[in-house]
Amino acid sequence: MEILMSILIGLLFASAVYLMLSKSLLRIIIGTGLLSHGAHLLLLTMAGLKRGTVPLLGEEATNYTDPIPQALILTAIVISFGVTAFFLVLAYRAYQELGTDNIDEMRGSKNND
Amino acid sequence: MSLLHIAILAPLLLAIFIPFVYKRFRSIHTGWFVLWLPAILFIYFLQYLPDIKNQGFVEKTFNWIPSLGINFTAYVDGLGLLFALLITGIGTLVVFYSIYYLAKDKENLGSFYVYLLMFMAAMLGVVLSDNLIVLYAFWELTSFSSFLLIGFWYTKERSRHGAQKSMLITVFGGLSMLGGFIILSLLTGTFSIREIISQAGEISTEPFFILALVLVLLGAFTKSAQFPFHIWLPDAMEAPTPVSAYLHSATMVKAGIYIVARMSPVFAEQGLWIWLVGGVGLLTLFWGSFNAVKQTDLKAILAFSTISQLGMIMSMLGLGAAALHYDHLSENIYMGATVAAVFHLINHATFKGSLFMVAGIVDHETGTRDIRKLGGLMQFMPITATIAFIGTFSMAGLPPFNGFLSKEMFFTSVIHVLSLDIFNLETWGALFPILAWIASVFTFVYSMMLFFKTFRGQYQSEKLKKKPHEAPVGMWIPPAILGSLVILIGFFPNLLSNTILKPAAEVIQSPLINEGHSFDIHISFWHGFKPELFMTIGVIVVGVLLYKTMPKWTAIYNKFPSSLSLNHLYDQGLVHTEKGSNKVTDFYMNGSIRNYMVYIFIAFIGLLTITIIKKDAFFMDKSDLAPIGIYEIVLTLIIVAAAITILMAKSRLTSIIALGAIGYTVALFFVLFRAPDLVLTQLVIETVSVALFLLAFYHLPKINRKEERMRFKLTNAIVAAGVGIVVTIIALSAHSNKLFKSISEYYIENTADKAGGGNMVNVILVDFRGFDTMFEIAVLGIAALGVYGMIKLRLSRRQDR
Repeated sequence: MEILMSILIGLLFASAVYLMLSKSLLRIIIGTGLLSHGAHLLLLTMAGLKRGTVPLLGEEATNYTDPIPQALILTAIVISFGVTAFFLVLAYRAYQELGTDNIDEMRGSKNND
Repeated sequence: MSLLHIAILAPLLLAIFIPFVYKRFRSIHTGWFVLWLPAILFIYFLQYLPDIKNQGFVEKTFNWIPSLGINFTAYVDGLGLLFALLITGIGTLVVFYSIYYLAKDKENLGSFYVYLLMFMAAMLGVVLSDNLIVLYAFWELTSFSSFLLIGFWYTKERSRHGAQKSMLITVFGGLSMLGGFIILSLLTGTFSIREIISQAGEISTEPFFILALVLVLLGAFTKSAQFPFHIWLPDAMEAPTPVSAYLHSATMVKAGIYIVARMSPVFAEQGLWIWLVGGVGLLTLFWGSFNAVKQTDLKAILAFSTISQLGMIMSMLGLGAAALHYDHLSENIYMGATVAAVFHLINHATFKGSLFMVAGIVDHETGTRDIRKLGGLMQFMPITATIAFIGTFSMAGLPPFNGFLSKEMFFTSVIHVLSLDIFNLETWGALFPILAWIASVFTFVYSMMLFFKTFRGQYQSEKLKKKPHEAPVGMWIPPAILGSLVILIGFFPNLLSNTILKPAAEVIQSPLINEGHSFDIHISFWHGFKPELFMTIGVIVVGVLLYKTMPKWTAIYNKFPSSLSLNHLYDQGLVHTEKGSNKVTDFYMNGSIRNYMVYIFIAFIGLLTITIIKKDAFFMDKSDLAPIGIYEIVLTLIIVAAAITILMAKSRLTSIIALGAIGYTVALFFVLFRAPDLVLTQLVIETVSVALFLLAFYHLPKINRKEERMRFKLTNAIVAAGVGIVVTIIALSAHSNKLFKSISEYYIENTADKAGGGNMVNVILVDFRGFDTMFEIAVLGIAALGVYGMIKLRLSRRQDR
């Protein structure tokens, strides 16, 4: 399972990078979204998968899955959401002010680098 | 802090008060408030003469940074004292001269004397420091104050150019020298010059010793205007004449000579030292005198002659180093070169200082320094002409002036090169006397030019702006004093020999002296019919012939292509460095974010791949894997399909929806991997994110709404695939290389007992690791405020209205 997940994560990273290299601002942000999905799955995979039951004490089990990466991912999800939201509004404002979503057209002019 | 330290720093202290004095007493020339200090310092340093003669040196230490071994150790010995006397003595005369030279109401005298005093303190610090770092600090202060003085008339473009050029070249050398000093201190463990000298024999076989030698010499050569770094000195002639007289003839340009002399006991055993110092000095001597003849500006002639004479001193110091290879002190003929170097150092300071002042007087009284316009001035200014006569004839090396004596000693030492049998000198050594003789002929020619073309010949009144007349008394007194010194030393050279020359030469040759031996100097005016006498006669005969036939052969100077001149190379070098760096920067900083991302990702791929290969880190362990079920395969396929959809989609809406699909599938993965809290959060957040994406999509600018498929780009695809593969490989290797167990046991056991909760993830978030959560809340808060601010604040539009 871990091998399959590693390959899947690699695929997510590759598509994220490909999107981030494109010209459209919206696609770049989609790329960052894919990248954070990849990172979250990577965190979970590295801790080992399906090593026990849900980390709730009421389950009366002998083995629990590792709770630490889950806590880390939860934090990461919230932070990446905050950043993505900020980014999106930034992109939205850029559309409004500059009238373009092509980053090549957003370069400073010769006199205004 | 002893009196000696105060004496060294006194000019700096006085410099603080000069601007106030300048502002307060406008009716009195500020120079009068400066004049007393170098005079007192000169008398103060004279008092050291008996001490130095009897006990060799005086040392006073003032702690500066003891923990790093950097202390301001003032150390007066024969060599340092000689320079200190030159600096203060000629400093006094130059200040006196500048009082009459610079107009009270036209020039910014406050700045001038502040810079000059800064320079004086820096120079005293250079020659009286035993600590290399302190020496370097003062060394850079000389470069810096010289820069300020050359650019004194900063409204003139040529002044700024000259100042910049001298700054770039001397600071280049200064930094190399710092490198050499640091290597020396690493080899010996000390910054003290005397302690380094005491270890000179042990470190000479170290691998970096030669590098230190070359670096220190670079510093000395740039400062002392040796070939090919001499090009800054003629351009520095844009400075006021008192500055040229002081810095660029008598003191600062001799700082490099000082370093070579001071470091001789450390390096002189090396053959490379003899070759470099002697050879470069000789080349400079020849090149400087050869180029001086074609100049038409008085100060330019003097600048090239300074270059040439410095080369002569330098080459004598190099030849003097040969003395270390012979044990018999009493018969050691190579000692003579060192003595000659020190002797000529003093002589050069006297006659060159007076000649610069004479050039200043001529400029001041006629309005030009161009020898093509000058001539016949002797009848108007007899005193100045007399001083010039003494100076030029001494420079040419004619009896009875002091230049004659040192030139004879110079010839003696170059003739001795012929009997040297070390370091291949027997093959190429013959070059030394030949080049030295040719250079002396040219020296004779430009010296005669300097005197006869200015003061004799036809008076051309129509070319001069002013009617020339004799200079005011104050202006000719300082050069007259120097001129009388020229004669005094010329007739009684032994006045100096035991008091100053011997202690100074003993310092330079200290490895030979340290066993209680000493040597005697006797400079004889007449030493019989020796080869050097015939060489001098030859110089005079050929020199007179060349001078008489000058118009016929000066055409050879035009034969040299100007594109090969060193100034041209320097200028082009600067232009091309600037253009080149512009091109390089424009090449990689093209303003496109995509390019920068490509650099970053390529660096990521490259560095990680190299590391993995070098460390042989890829390793796959299949023993500890979770089983794969049908659900996982289905979910994986969904994600793969959605990712491909995003990449191939024509419309952005499809991409957004596919991104949502991936988000929800990841939530399903969290279900499979037993993470209920993650599932909840992921579902909610994915929903909100997709809504936000749709909002952004909805507001796309109308003009560019044309939906188009992402165009395939091979480089992007390769970079993306590379990143994906590297991440996969690292994930696989990391999973296979678990070195120790997880710490999660502790959390699982203590969630109920110590924290009183049942949900381990939540207890970790708010109890065990609550800090993370606090700042995560802060992140959300900041993001919210940022979003609000971005939408609400519209400063640019308000300005437009």
